[in-house]
Amino acid sequence: MLRVSVWRGGAEGTLVAYDVPARASQTVLDVVTYIQRRLDPTLAYRFACRVGMCGSCAMTVNGIARWTCRTHVDRVAKSGALEVKPLANLPVIKDLAVDMTEFFDKWARARGRFVPSADIPDDFIRVPPATPARRAADAGIECIGCGVCYASCDIVAWNKDYLGPAALNRAWTLVNDVRDAGNAERLGAVAGDAGCHACHSHQNCALRCPKEIDPTGAIAGLKRATARAALRGKL
Amino acid sequence: MSARAETWLWLAQRGAAIVLAAAVTVHLATIVYAVHLGLSAAAIIGRIAGNRAWLAFYIAFAIAAAIHGGIGLRTVVRETTPWRGASLELATVLFVVFLALAGTRAALALFA
Repeated sequence: MLRVSVWRGGAEGTLVAYDVPARASQTVLDVVTYIQRRLDPTLAYRFACRVGMCGSCAMTVNGIARWTCRTHVDRVAKSGALEVKPLANLPVIKDLAVDMTEFFDKWARARGRFVPSADIPDDFIRVPPATPARRAADAGIECIGCGVCYASCDIVAWNKDYLGPAALNRAWTLVNDVRDAGNAERLGAVAGDAGCHACHSHQNCALRCPKEIDPTGAIAGLKRATARAALRGKL
Repeated sequence: MSARAETWLWLAQRGAAIVLAAAVTVHLATIVYAVHLGLSAAAIIGRIAGNRAWLAFYIAFAIAAAIHGGIGLRTVVRETTPWRGASLELATVLFVVFLALAGTRAALALFA
């Protein structure tokens, strides 16, 4: 039997203990689902794909932000005790579900949208995969927006305006996209105290990212790119 | 403060850090050298007084430390307190100027 403590309530709330039967190859998401289906149907949580593709089931498991669907209980609950809380650094809606609005609004503020150039080329633009810029873009392109890095980031906790690792990583992939025409505005949007220059390179984002992306490296790239733009008078 | 200004502050702090990396190394090496020779304070002052090169080195060291520390302190204040805006920028400038002047004054007293 697993002793599971689950956050109940909103910003103000409390941990409630449940006993859940231990099973082989059980994930934390299995445990949360068991509680909601068998013990307390009022438990609110979020999930969709169950196989690590959608990025919607991230929660704080024994103090660390994780995808619950890809976290086996026996790997994180050595003593049989499990504590499941909502993601940190985001407002709690209810129980284990957080409001991701500010997280995705910050992607927009970081100009995380592809900007096509005004002149439409006659043919497809060929982007050789081996070029340094494309490799840098590819390194960060697999982000699925789960919010694990954002919840693990100390700077987000200290500075509510900070864009966060995921949004800045997204901006860095577009800075390295040779087809994109929005970099003049984008570099201005990601520079400064709410942007890449606030990062202290603690690397919690890179450590916790389930996709093993390195947002700290992406942010360091933005620091270089914005510094170069400033030196050329183009920021 | 604008993104451009913040970027320049970041560049200034990194530039000062490069100066500090070299200056601290030289500073520590000379301390170790002086201690190994068993020099007294009077003997050290006797050797360095009037040396323009050391004076320039320590004035540059003091100014770099003032810039690096001042910008860093501003960041710490912004991360740990709600203090923002023009009053903080003014306080930062005053702090940097005070540190640079105090360091320059000390260097002048020793080397000039």
